Formats: sequence, structure tokens, C-alpha cells
Amino acid sequence: MHSFWLINALLLLPLVGVALTVSLRAHATTAYRVAVSFASAELILSAVVTALYNWHSSGVVDFAHRSVLAAPLGVAYDVGIDGISLLLVLLTSLVVLLALVGARPERATTSYAAWMLLVTTATIGSFVSRDLLEFFLFFELTLIPSYFLIAQWGGAERSRAAIKFFIYTLLGSGFLLVGLIYLGYVHVVEFGGNVTFAISALSRVTLPHATAVWVFAAFAIAFAVKSPLWPFHTWSPLAYREAPIGGSMVLSALLAKLGTYGFLRFAVFLLPTALPTMRPVVLTLAVIGIVYGSGLAAVSKDMKTLVAYSSLAQVGFIIVGVMSGSQIATTGAVLLMFNHGVITAAFFLIIGFVEKRRGTFMLADLRGLQGPAPILAGLFTVVMLASIGLPGLSGFVSEYLVLIGTFATHPWWAVVASLGVVLSAVYLLWAYQQIFHGPATAENAGVSDASVRERWLLAPLVALIVVLGVYPTMATARIEPSVHSVIAHTDAKGVNQ
Amino acid sequence: MGHVAFLIPLFPLVGFVSLLVLGRQASEPSAGWLATSAVGASFVATVTTFVLLLHEGQREITVNLFSWLSVGQFHAAAALLVDPLSITMCLFVTGISTLIHLYSIGYMHGEKDFRKFFLYLNAFVFSMLVLVLANNMVLTFVGWEGVGVCSYWLVSYYFDRDAAASAGKKAFIYNRVGDLGLMFAMFLLFTNLHTVNYLDVFARVGTLSPTVTTLVVLSLLLAAAGKSAQIPLFNWLPDAMEGPTPVSALIHAATMVTAGVYLLCRMSPVVSLSSSGRLTIAIVGGATAFVAATIATSQKDIKKVLAFSTVSQIGFMMLAVGAGAYSAAIFLMVSHAFFKALLFLGSGSVIHSLNGEQDLRKMGALQKFLPLTFPTFLIGWLAISGIPPFAGFWAKGDVLTNVYAYSKPLWVLGIVTAVLTAYYMSRLFVLTFRGNERFREVTNGHDPHESPWVMTLPLLVLAVLSVLGGALNLPWMHHNSLASFINPSFGMLPMVGESSATAQFVLAGVDFAAAVIGLLAAFTIWKSTTPWPSKFESSFLENVWRWDDAYDTLLGRPATAMAHVGADFIEPAVLDGAVRGVVGLANRGGERLRGLQSGFLRHYAVAVTAGLSVAVIYLLMRTW
Repeated sequence: MHSFWLINALLLLPLVGVALTVSLRAHATTAYRVAVSFASAELILSAVVTALYNWHSSGVVDFAHRSVLAAPLGVAYDVGIDGISLLLVLLTSLVVLLALVGARPERATTSYAAWMLLVTTATIGSFVSRDLLEFFLFFELTLIPSYFLIAQWGGAERSRAAIKFFIYTLLGSGFLLVGLIYLGYVHVVEFGGNVTFAISALSRVTLPHATAVWVFAAFAIAFAVKSPLWPFHTWSPLAYREAPIGGSMVLSALLAKLGTYGFLRFAVFLLPTALPTMRPVVLTLAVIGIVYGSGLAAVSKDMKTLVAYSSLAQVGFIIVGVMSGSQIATTGAVLLMFNHGVITAAFFLIIGFVEKRRGTFMLADLRGLQGPAPILAGLFTVVMLASIGLPGLSGFVSEYLVLIGTFATHPWWAVVASLGVVLSAVYLLWAYQQIFHGPATAENAGVSDASVRERWLLAPLVALIVVLGVYPTMATARIEPSVHSVIAHTDAKGVNQ
Repeated sequence: MGHVAFLIPLFPLVGFVSLLVLGRQASEPSAGWLATSAVGASFVATVTTFVLLLHEGQREITVNLFSWLSVGQFHAAAALLVDPLSITMCLFVTGISTLIHLYSIGYMHGEKDFRKFFLYLNAFVFSMLVLVLANNMVLTFVGWEGVGVCSYWLVSYYFDRDAAASAGKKAFIYNRVGDLGLMFAMFLLFTNLHTVNYLDVFARVGTLSPTVTTLVVLSLLLAAAGKSAQIPLFNWLPDAMEGPTPVSALIHAATMVTAGVYLLCRMSPVVSLSSSGRLTIAIVGGATAFVAATIATSQKDIKKVLAFSTVSQIGFMMLAVGAGAYSAAIFLMVSHAFFKALLFLGSGSVIHSLNGEQDLRKMGALQKFLPLTFPTFLIGWLAISGIPPFAGFWAKGDVLTNVYAYSKPLWVLGIVTAVLTAYYMSRLFVLTFRGNERFREVTNGHDPHESPWVMTLPLLVLAVLSVLGGALNLPWMHHNSLASFINPSFGMLPMVGESSATAQFVLAGVDFAAAVIGLLAAFTIWKSTTPWPSKFESSFLENVWRWDDAYDTLLGRPATAMAHVGADFIEPAVLDGAVRGVVGLANRGGERLRGLQSGFLRHYAVAVTAGLSVAVIYLLMRTW
């Protein structure tokens, strides 16, 4: 067991960064440098936490600490990291750093950097919370910086996109709030004592099936909007398209994972009695999302919308795994949260590089870029193949584990979900052909290849894609024990299968 | 011996990584020589392993490298299974790859992306060897997908041509449909047997229910149909001819496209258990062999004829698998690799001499201009047509004898296809090398020139192999033959009726007669090409039985239309509309939400941020 001070530092460091950055706002360049240094320090700290994490003692929560802050209200600071949170913490600091360095906006850089750092604390806070109310607060806190990232640095329709995003997620989390208060109430009624929202305490509550279904549904709506799960996704293509590149990276790589993570950590873990009813419902929606998202990705007119719909499909795979009740598939799903984050961040970075050169991300304006920019094409190829699920790259391992695990518990959903394997090849290869193949038109022929700086920005993501494809055990060995304890818990309530 | 076997895939991997790291430092010939020597070294390692295996008592050796994927009950190691079947595959894969790498140094001379070509080629050989040597289905899948993506890169090698780009994409997507089959097979086996290791699957296969066994076999058939270009997924292969000719020879004739047949042979202990599955395999193989042969009779492009010929020959291999004659399938696969690689490389030499022309109508009378290509092509043509004593006669004879014992109707179909094969190959031969000169236009009046030695040497070697290849498995050899070497890999063999010696002679006579009929017909019809004997060609056959059009009408267009309905109607009107409706109701109910929507949102947001930040800091302070 390691000290929870490391988690405190993870949460505080970006806040200190925000304060320093804002106070230096008169010197925009310096302020931005300070923000980047804090993001780098955060990444180093996350890497230290990842390295220290004690995964040998099966599935325990490391770095754990709980202190009750306002006993009558059940407010507590309760943190800890297990195998399910671990990689997501690392992902958060990595993506934020890359969004700061690789997708720096033209104007108002200081506030952009400050919002980015605030997102880091809010997101990591959500992933390390061991208390439902605390999670909810952090979960809500992510909304503010992401709203401003879209509304201030976005494209032509940014305010519509930002408001739509804000209202959807706010309404969604309203349900979560109601659900969590009810759950806390039942806990007090059942066990007495102080009000508490600690996960460990709430997990002892066994709701009757009918009630559990209602609470599950309330949780599910919040997480479904965030993930997004079909048909709660309609804010996402607009938001991903209108947000600046850095904003799209945060939304798709990080905030979406709050939803899928919430499904596993709270909906499934706390409400296992609802599963017999809710599992087929959510599985069906996820599978629809895979096919529907793939289909709409194939007819997308611009690269960002395409990645948005492809994310809908990929998130569908994550939710299938999370809901499958299979240890193999759930481990795959947690790994897919990380892998999808890496892949989609890389996609958006590359889209940003293309946009910087061509001033557009419309597919119709791009053509034949492989000729003038072979290295950029090569980097895109690696990311694309990882997303398609080419064995040897990271995407395959997670997708495959999800499918083979789910097949054992819910074969028909796994069979339909497998169609996504073919469909992802259809829409991504078609996109590749439109962007990179064919004879380059005049305005595309003069495009420069990836600069050294751009290559270095993509290097860590490509390295993760290759390393986790060749040696995934490194990740699964850390994830699996924690997933095992979730599955064992839901099984113990006698409702799995 | 494990150490040697591990070198087989390692060398091409090292070649690939070196070319990747060297980047533009590897210039024109050196990149080619580096890649060629990497594959050559792999061939040497394979021969060494083969010799060691011959002297080992044990014929199944597992070489563990590292634990790749291990979650719950699911374990897939990076481990190699060296047995007679996999080593036979490795021998011809590395051997032919070396020759084709060498040939490519000459053929790809002066290409802009010379280095990248060899980069892809080495990646391909590595993936193919992983596919063949894997000890479990997931690792086979790694190679299986790896060869698919290399094929995608190499088919769309001339990426600025739209046809090449589309062909590469089509090949990959058709293959992916097949890959679903392999995935389902793994899912079914893992769910029922809790393992995906070949040897463990074979050990436990007896506990599978008949229904599941048949489902597994049909899934494997789907996989094989995708990779090996069989009905209903065969029509990507002719498009794949957009790739450079050495690629067509290596990937789309000799090695990758036979991977489906290899998979079925590898899984023979499962395949043998399902008689309905086997019958389906045989019917698909027989039908594909026949359909592709009819199409080949009307193609005008020299490479397209060879492509459909490949589809047809693989159909024969599938037919053999269905009949339970696995060793005959492998025998035909090896011989076919020799003579089809020879024919493709020969056609490449022809195309090279005609400045890239591939149209049979613009060839003719090349016999005297290509003194090395002509005799080697002649051997390839006689071998595939089934004229003794060349390799094709023995291999196809082996298949047809077994099919005769399995099913008479399928045997008849096989004989008809054999006639067609001799016919279309002779047509190709006559139109290319004999008759009148029709190429002066494309060569600007010059005489065509023979290719350099790096290109003709592989032709000579393959020609020798096409002559002698039959000796691997002569019908009267029962020891030291290919069959006696690899049969132990197939576990229990399904009962195939043994034909008497007399029957075998009669059947061989029928095979020979079929070849001669096809050959004579072609020589009679195509003796003169003025006027073009167009009544012996059909646009229905030339257009692949309208197969692509049918897929477009039945699948492509409806799917696209549905996606557009999703994007233009469901998304904005139905889903967003529903949400707007809900929000609208809420709006009417209360002013707060309207407030949110009309500008207070920013204020609200700032307030929440400030509040929450203070709260977070306060909470953190409390813990100190």
C-alpha cells in the first residue's frame, strides 16, 4: 500500500498550475510554458503512480485514503487507485499534455491552458474517487472546462455545440444525482449510522430487483450521455466537430471514458440486482451503436465527424464488454478504454496537422496526400490499423477480448458486434483512400510532410499502440485482478447469468 | 532445434525493421538485396529445421517464445508449432519468396518507392510465416491479418491510381468478411473447449457436439473463402492484379491465397468430424474451380487469366480438402506454387518487354524475342494443363483420384474444369507467344527485349521445380513421399475409398485426355486471330458472371442508402427531434431552462466552476 499523498499531488498539481498560469496571463508565452511544465510534471507523476501501483495483491485499492469532511451530509474525500482506474489516470495526463503541446490554439492561450489543467484534476478526480458523491462532484466539474473549450475555441457553430453538450450532460447527471441520493438513503435505512456514499459501503446494499432497475436506469442515462451510448449520442458529432482539436481530444479520449467507467464502477458494481433486466437493454443499445456508428462514419463528410461516429462504435464495444458479465470481456473493455483514448487522441492530432496545412478537414477537399506527405500517411496508417483491430497493435487485443469473452456469456450480441470488425475496415479504409490515395490535386500536392515536432508528438501514442499490441500482458495483468473482484462481487449477489 | 525454428520468422522481421529504420538511406539496389538476403536466410533456417525434424523421433515440436495474451482462462502464447505440415509450408513459402524477391530487384528497377516495396514484401513474408508456424489460432490470426494488410499495401502500391487504391481496399474488406469466420471459429472453440491451441483443440475435439463442430467447420470455410478467394468472396482477387506482378506471383498465387486451404488442413482433426461441413467445402471448391475456369476463358488481360486460374486451382485444393485428401491438397498447393509463380513471373517478363502492356490482343509471336521466358513459360503452361510428366499432372491427378472415390458428380465437374483449364491456358499461351505479331504499336516498332538475369534466374529455377515437382508424391511411392511425411499432421484421416491400380490408371488416362482435348481445342480456335474469334468469348464470362454488379445492387447500394437515411433523417429528425421535444416540454414547464439556453449559461458555468473549485480545495485542505 502506497501513500495517498501521490493522489493528492495528482489532484493538486494541475490546480497550482492553473493558479500560476492565470497569474502570469500578462506574459502569454511564459504562462503557456508554465502550463506545459505542470502538465509534464503531472504526466511524470502519473507514470510514477503507474509504476508503483501494487498489482500483485489481487485487486486491492492502492494509494487509498478516506477522510469524512462533512459527516451529516456524507461528504468525504475518499481516494484510491485500482487496476480499473490506473491506466485511465495515466491516459488523462498524457492526453492533456499532448493537447497542450500539439493543439495550441491561435488566441487566448492562457485561458485555454488553464481550462486544460482544470480538466486534468476533474477527470483524474473522477477516476480516483472511491465515493459516489465525490465522483459526482468531479464528474460535474469536468463539464465547465469542456464547455468553455468548445464555446471559446471552437468552429463556426461552436456556441450551439457547446450548449447542446452542456444541456445533454447536465440533464443526464441530474438523474445520477437523484439515483445516488436514493442509494445513500437506502444505505442509512438498512444499516443505520451516518450518511455515506463510500463505494465499499453502498456495495453492501442489496436493492430489490424493481427498485434496482430504476436506479440503474438513472445511472445509465448519465453515463450513456457521457459515453455516448446510442441513442443518447446526438450531442457528440456536433461537439467533436465544432470543438478545437484539443477539446475534441479531451471529449473523446477522456470524458467519454467517464461514462464507460461509470457503467462498470457504479451501475454494474453497485446495482447487480438490476442486471437481469438492464443487461440485455444496454447490450442491445451498445450493439446498435456499433452498427449505426459505423454506418454513419462511412458516409461522414469530414474527418472529425467520422472520428465521432467511429467513437460511437468503439464505445459500443467497451460497453458490450462492461455489461457482458465476463471477466475476459470486462478486462478487454477496460483496456479498450485506454486504447481507444490513445487511438482517438492520435486521430485528432493528425486531423489537426492536416487542418493546419490545408485549412480544412472536409474529406472532399483532401486527396492524394500520401505523395507529398508519406510519413504523415504512415503514422495515420498505424493509428487506423490499430482502430480497425489489426493483430499486433493495441486495438485488436482489447476488441478481441471483449468479443471472445462476451461470446461465452451473450453469444448473439457478440455475433452482431463482430460486424463492427468488418465495418470499421470499410469506413476507415474509405476515409484513407479519400485523404491519402489518388492523384493529388494542386492544393494538396504542395503539402509538407510531418515535421520532426509532429512526429515526436505522435511517437508516444504510436509506441503505446505497438507495445500494448505486442505485449498486452503488461496492462491486462494489472487490470484483471480488479475486474475479477467486480465480477466476483456481482456474481456473489447471485444474479450474473 | 527450437532455436533454429525461431530464426525462420525472425530474419524477415529483421529485414523489415532494418528497412524501416534505415529509411531513405537504403537506396535502390541495396534495399532489394537486403530484403532478399533476409528471406534467403529464412529459407536456410527452414531447410535446417526440416533436416533436424527428419532426424527427430518426435514430429510435433512446440517452441515457446513469450506469453502474449493471458486473461482468465484465455491463454494465447507467441509460440511456434513445428511439424511436417508447417515445415512443408515454410519450405515452399521461403523458397519461392526468395526467388520472387530476387526477381523484384530487376522488375521494380527505377520505381519511386523501391525501398517501400521491399519493406512491405519482407513484412508479408514475416506475417505468412507467423500464420503458418503459429501454435494457436490467435497467433495464426496475427499472421492471417498481417498478410491481409501487406496485400492491401502492395495492391494499392501505385496509390495515385484510383483503380489500384480501390482494389487494395476491396481486397482488405473481402478478406475481413472472411476473417469473421475465423473469429467465430475461435469463439466457438474457446467457449466449448476453453482453448485455442491447436494441439489442445485436437485433443479435446471429441467432446464437441456435432452441431458445434459443423458450425466451426462452416466458419473456417468462410475464413478460407475470404483469404483463398472462393465463392462467394472470390471476386477481390482479379482486382488485386492492380499490384505489381511479383506481388501477384508471390501473394496472389503462390502463398497468401493458399492460406485458407492451409487453415482447413491445419484444422483437419475438426474438419474431418463434420461430414456435412466437408461436403459443403467440397461443393464450394468444385463450384469455384468450375466458375473461375469459365471466366478465365474470356479474359483479355494476361494477368486476369492467371488470376482466375489461381481461383480455379485453389478450388481444386478445396475440393481435395472436402474429399478428405489433405495431403493431395498440400501436394497441389506446392506444385501450384511452383508453376503459377513461374507463369506469373513469366507474364511479368512479357509485360516488362512490352513496356507494361497486359492485353493479350496486343501480344503474339513473342517466342523468338524472349529466348528464356518462352521455354520456361512453356513448361509452366504444360504443367498447369496437366500434361505428364510435369508437376501439375501428378498433383491434379492425386486430387481427382481422391474426389472420384468421394463423389462421382464432383469428379465429373473436376474433369470438365480440367478441360477448361487446358483450354484457357493454351489460349493464353497461343495468344502470347505464337500467331502473328500484334505488339509493334506498344513497343514503338522495336523488338521486345529479354529481361535481366535477376529476373530470368528465378524463372529457370521455378521451371526446373515445375518439371520435377511431381516427384514429391508419385502415386506408387508410399514411403519418403510428401504424403507419408505430412499425413501424421492430420491426425485421423477420414475414410477415403482406395482405388485399385487399374482404376488409377484409367483415371490418369481420363485426366490426360481432358488436358489434350482442352489443348487441341485452344490451338484450333486461336490458331488465327484475324478476325478475332470473338464468338468463343462471352461478355457474361468476361464480367465475372456479373458477380460484382450483383453485390453492388444487393448489398452496396442498399447499405449506403441506409447509412444516408441514418445521417440525413434518423439523426437530425428522429433522435434529435425526440430530445428537442423533451426539452421543449421542459421549457414550457419552467423558465429556468430557458434561462440556461439564453445566455445565463456562462454565468451558471462560471459559478459552478468557482464553487466546485473552492469546494475541492477546501476538501483537500481538510485532509491535511
